[in-house]
Amino acid sequence: MKDATAIVGIGQTPFAKRLDESEKSLACRAILGALEDAGIAPSEVDGLASYTMEETDEVEVAKAIGAGDVTFFSQVGYGGGGSCATVAHLVGAIATGQATVGVAWRSRKRGSGTRPWGNAAAQLPTPAQWTRPFGLLRPADEIGMLARRYMHEYGATRDHLFNVALACRNRANQNPAAMMYERPLTREMYMTARWISEPLCLFDNCLETDGALACVLVSADRARDCRRRPVYVHAAAQGLPAQHHGMVNYWNDDPLRGPAWTAAQQLWKHADLGPADVDVAQIYDAFTVLVPLSLEGYGFCGRGEGAAFTEGGALESGGRLPLNTAGGGLSEAYVHGFNLITEGVRQLRGTSTAQVPDASTCLVTAGECVPTSALLLRS
Amino acid sequence: MTATVTASVTPVPADGMLLPVPDDDGAPFWAYAAKGELRVQACRDCGARRFPPRPCCPRCRSFEDEWQRVSGRGRVWSYVVAHPPLLPSYAALAPYDVAVVELVEDPAIRLVGNLVAAPDAPLGSVDAARLRIGAPVRAVFCTLGEGDERVTVPRWMLERP
Repeated sequence: MKDATAIVGIGQTPFAKRLDESEKSLACRAILGALEDAGIAPSEVDGLASYTMEETDEVEVAKAIGAGDVTFFSQVGYGGGGSCATVAHLVGAIATGQATVGVAWRSRKRGSGTRPWGNAAAQLPTPAQWTRPFGLLRPADEIGMLARRYMHEYGATRDHLFNVALACRNRANQNPAAMMYERPLTREMYMTARWISEPLCLFDNCLETDGALACVLVSADRARDCRRRPVYVHAAAQGLPAQHHGMVNYWNDDPLRGPAWTAAQQLWKHADLGPADVDVAQIYDAFTVLVPLSLEGYGFCGRGEGAAFTEGGALESGGRLPLNTAGGGLSEAYVHGFNLITEGVRQLRGTSTAQVPDASTCLVTAGECVPTSALLLRS
Repeated sequence: MTATVTASVTPVPADGMLLPVPDDDGAPFWAYAAKGELRVQACRDCGARRFPPRPCCPRCRSFEDEWQRVSGRGRVWSYVVAHPPLLPSYAALAPYDVAVVELVEDPAIRLVGNLVAAPDAPLGSVDAARLRIGAPVRAVFCTLGEGDERVTVPRWMLERP
C-alpha cells in the first residue's frame, strides 16, 4: 500500500465554541469543500470512512452530498484514536479495488453540545464499575492518573507540559482559522491556571469545539490528474496492544507503554523512512502529556525521554520537530484529531500558516492511551 | 493471614454519587466487598490473578476461576485531585483525590479508589498535600445507598496518616 494512494482534497468548516448548524450540515459542508478542493464530483464518491460516536452515518451523508453507489464504508471506534484509521481504511479499500474515491470526515459539536462524561451513569457496567463510583469521571482524570505516574517515574515537570501547550498555542497564533488565534499563552498564565485534575491544569486540556473536517483519497495514478499537489499515504497503521485497557490502562505490567508503541512498530516496518526523516509532526494532543508519551512511542526519543525532548524549543518552528503547526487540539480546534490530518496535508502542499521550509514528510498520529492509529504522509 | 478490615456500620446516603453497576464478571467482587472482604479473580488452573475480572484466563485460557482473598494492603501507584467541572454530586465534594492502589500481593493488580480519613468519611477528607506515590495504604469498606441500591465499596486509608 506504500504510496499507492494520495490525499487530494481537504475541507473544513469554521471552528467555534458554538456553530448553529447541525453536525450533519457541518459534515456535508466539510465533505463538499474537500471534493471541490480535489476537483472531483460528489457523484464519484464510492468509499466512506468515519468515526463511531457519529451522528452523521453513511446513509445520511451519502444521500445529502449526492454520492454515487457506495461500495466501501467503515466506521472506526475509540474516539480520537480512530482519526488516522479512517484514512487508513480508505487506503486499504482503494489499494485493493473496493473503492475509487474515498471520503473520510469528522463532524462534532463538543463546543456547544453535551460533554460525553456528563452521562457517566450510562457507562457504569464495564469497565466503569471500577472507576466512576470513585469520582474518576472524565478523560482528564483518567489521563491525569497516567500523567502523574509518568512525571514520577521520569522526572517530567509541569514546565515540560507547558512546552507542549506553548508550541501549539504559538502556531495557533499564526493561524487565522484557529480558535486561539491572537490569544497568546504565557508561562505565568499556565502556572497559575485553575486545575482540572491535578497534575493537569486548564491549559493541559484540549479545546471544546463545534466544527467539521474532511479529506478525499484516490489512487496515486488518479491523483496526478487532480487539482492539487497529491499528498501520498506512505504508511498507515492501527494499534491495540496486548492487555490494553483504554484510557484506564492501569491493569497491565507497563501502563505507560501505550498503543503508540504498537502502531509505530507497524508503521515504521512498512515505511522506507524512520523517525529521523520526519520534517514535521502532527501529534494528537487532547492532553499535553500525550505528546511526550507519543514522542517515545513513535521513536523520536528513548523511553522516558519524551519530556526532555520538548526542551530548548524543540517543538517550535525551526526546532528539532515542529509540532501541531496549525495549533492542534489544544489551540486550533478539538475535532477528534482530524485537523491534524488536514494540517499534515497543508504542510506537504506548502500552504501551512506555519510552513516548515521544504517539508516532505509528516507524521500524523491519533489519540495515544486509546486504541490508536497513525499516518506517514509524504509529498 | 488476612488483615482485619473495617466496614462502616451505617450506610452512607449515595446523594447522587454513582454506584457500581456490576456486570457478570465483576459481580463476585462486589458480593465479597459487601461482606467486608477484598478478593480478586484468579485462575484455578495456572493461578494467575487478573483484574478487571473476565471470563477466561489470558495466560492459559482456562474458564475455571476462584476469588482469592487479599490482605487489603497496598501502595499508592498514582493519584489525581479532581476539580470542577464535575457531576454535581462530585463537584460538591471537590477537590477530592482519586488514587490507583497496587496490592502488595501483586503490584500489577491495581484498584481505583479514594483515600479517606475514615471508612465512612466523604471524598476529599484527606488533605491532598499528604498524598505521595508509594504511600502504604490499607483497605476499608463503606456501604453506600439504601434498599436495593445498597452497595459496599472498598476505600483506602493511609497507614501513616
